[in-house]
Amino acid sequence: MFHALVGIKQVPDTTNIRIDPETGNLIRQGVPTILNPYDAHAVAAAVEWKHKLGGKVTIISMGPPGTVSSIRECIEMGADRGILISARQFSGADTLATSFVLSETIRAIHMQDPIDLIFFGKQAIDGDTAQVGPGVGVRLGFPTITYAVKIRELDLEQRSVVVERKTERCNEVIRTSLPALITCEKDIAEIPFASLPDLIYSLTYEPEVWTAEEPVKFPIEQLGIKGSPTTVYKVTTPEKHARGEVLQVREAGLEATVQAALAKIMDAGVWEAA
Amino acid sequence: MTMRRFWVFIEQEEGKVHPVAWELLGVARRLASEVKDELEKTRDIAVVEGVLLGHNVAGLAEEALHYGADRVYVLDHPVFQHYLNKPYYTGLVSLVQKYQPEVFLIGATTLGRDLAGAVATRLGTGLTADCTQLAMGEVKGSDHKLLMATRPAFGGNVIATILCRSRLPQMATVRPRVFNSAPYQPEAAGEVVCETIPVDAELVNAQILEFIQNGDSRVKIEYADVIVSGGRGLGGPAGFDLIKELADALGGVVGSSRPCVDAGWISYDHQVGQTGKTVRPKLYIAAGISGAIQHKVGMQNSDFILAINRDPHAPIFDIATVGIVGDLYEVIPAMIAQIHAQKEALHVEER
Repeated sequence: MFHALVGIKQVPDTTNIRIDPETGNLIRQGVPTILNPYDAHAVAAAVEWKHKLGGKVTIISMGPPGTVSSIRECIEMGADRGILISARQFSGADTLATSFVLSETIRAIHMQDPIDLIFFGKQAIDGDTAQVGPGVGVRLGFPTITYAVKIRELDLEQRSVVVERKTERCNEVIRTSLPALITCEKDIAEIPFASLPDLIYSLTYEPEVWTAEEPVKFPIEQLGIKGSPTTVYKVTTPEKHARGEVLQVREAGLEATVQAALAKIMDAGVWEAA
Repeated sequence: MTMRRFWVFIEQEEGKVHPVAWELLGVARRLASEVKDELEKTRDIAVVEGVLLGHNVAGLAEEALHYGADRVYVLDHPVFQHYLNKPYYTGLVSLVQKYQPEVFLIGATTLGRDLAGAVATRLGTGLTADCTQLAMGEVKGSDHKLLMATRPAFGGNVIATILCRSRLPQMATVRPRVFNSAPYQPEAAGEVVCETIPVDAELVNAQILEFIQNGDSRVKIEYADVIVSGGRGLGGPAGFDLIKELADALGGVVGSSRPCVDAGWISYDHQVGQTGKTVRPKLYIAAGISGAIQHKVGMQNSDFILAINRDPHAPIFDIATVGIVGDLYEVIPAMIAQIHAQKEALHVEER
C-alpha cells in the first residue's frame, strides 16, 4: 500500500493584492486565500498514484485556522487525511523554522505509518522562495528531487522511484530510493474533477489539529520568530518610475507614431537596423 | 585580525560557468568594499572568494580569478561531474564549516535554488531568495555591518529587506541579470586552492539515468538584447505569431506575461516576471501587457521599454520609456514593415 504525504500552503491570491495608496501598506482584508497552485498539482499527483497503487494520501499544512479550507480542497481532490499544524507559537516562522516544524511532524507520522513519497509544490506564490520542500528533505535525510515534471516509475517492492525533473538546460531523469521527497511543477499532474463521494466527504471534513505541544512537543526555541534566523528589517513599496512619453495613434496617425517610436529606439542606441 | 570572507558559488555545468557567477563576483566585490571603513578600525581583511565544484574544472577556477575572485576553492572529483543535490550540498557545507564565510551568494537558477536551500538548512542559517538589492549596512544592535538582502514579496507588491542577525553565513540567492557582470580582467591575481571531502557510497543517493534535450523549448531570454513580449491583450495563442515576427525582425526573442502562460498560449520558459524570469535587455517591447506589478519586477531594469496598449491607463505606461496607445494588431505590423524598409534602405546604401 502506497502512503503519500503532501505538504501544502494556503496563500493570498497574489494576483489580487492591492496596496493602500495612502499608507503604502498591503490591504489584506478581502484578499482571497487559495491553495497554493503548485501544491494543488502535487496533491493531484499523489492522488493519481494512490489510485494506481492503492493506498492513501495524507495532507499536512502549517498555518492559521483558516487553512482548513485548503485542506478540505485536497480532501475533495481525493486525499484521505488532513493535519493542520496550528498554534500562535508557530507564527512568524521563516523557511528554516517552517521546515523544522514540517519535518518533525512528518517524522511523527512516519513512525506510526511509514511514508513512501513526500510531495511539495515547487514554491509558494506568496514567498516564491522554493526553500521549504528541499529543507524538509535535508532534515529528514530523504533523497530530494526538485522541479519534478513527471513520475515515470514508482516501485514499492524495489523501493525506487524514477522522476523527470526540469532544469534550465534540459530535463533530467533521476532514479532514487524510497522514501524520497519531490517538489512539483504544474506538469506533474492535471487537477482532477472531484468524485461525488469525495466532494461530499470534504464538505464536513474536519482535519486533525496539531499544536506546539501535542501530539509532538516542539522545542519552543526552534519555532516561529525565535526559531527563524532571518528577520524582516523593513518593508517598502516599489519605487515609482518617472513616466515616459506616451504617443497616441489616434492623434498622430499610425505610421507617424510608429516612426517616432522607432526613431527614439534608435536614438537611444538600444537597437540598430544593421 | 580576521578574514571577512564574501563567498560566491561558481555554478558550472558541462564545463561552462553560468554568467550569474560573474555577476555575483561583482556584487561580492562591492559588498567587501562597503565594509572598508570597519576594516580600518579592526585591521580585519575582506576577501572575495569563489567556490567551485565539478570534475576537471581547473580552467574554470582560473577564469573566476579573472572576474575578480581573490581565491577560488575547488572540489574536483568525478562525483561532482553532474549536479546532484546531496554531493553538492555536502561539499559546500564542509567548506563553509572550514572557512566560516560571512556572506555566501548563490545564483537563483534551478541548480542554485536547489542547492542553496539544502546548504542553509544543513547549516541552520538564514537564506533570502531572489534578492534584487544587496548591501552591507549598519543595523542597531550589531557591532558590524550586516547583509541587507532586499527582495520583492507578495508577487512584487512590496519590497522587503531581510537580515540574518546572529548566524553565519548570511546567505542570499540572486537571479541572473539582476546585476551586471564583474569586468573581466586580463591580468588575474589570486590563487586556486584544491580541497577534498570524503567520498563514500552514502554521498550519492540518486542516479541520473538520462538527459533529455528539449530543442528550442529552453529559450534563454535572460541574456537576450531584445525581447518582444506579449500579454493578455493578444487575445489568443495565435497572437504570438505576430510577436515572433516582430522579434525576428529585431533579432530578438519572445517573452510573455504570466496570464498567457497560465492560459497555455506559450510555454513557461518565455515568462517574464516574479514567477518567471528576470530580464534586462537593451530593448523590451511589451505588447498587450497591462503591467501588473508581478510582470514589472521582472523587466523594469531594461534599458529601453516600449509599451503598446489600447488602454491609456494601463500601468505599463508608468514604467515605459515610450508608450504607444493603440491597437497592437495595427501597430506591430506597421512596425515590422518600417523595420524591413529601414533594413532594405541600408542594404541599398551598402551596394
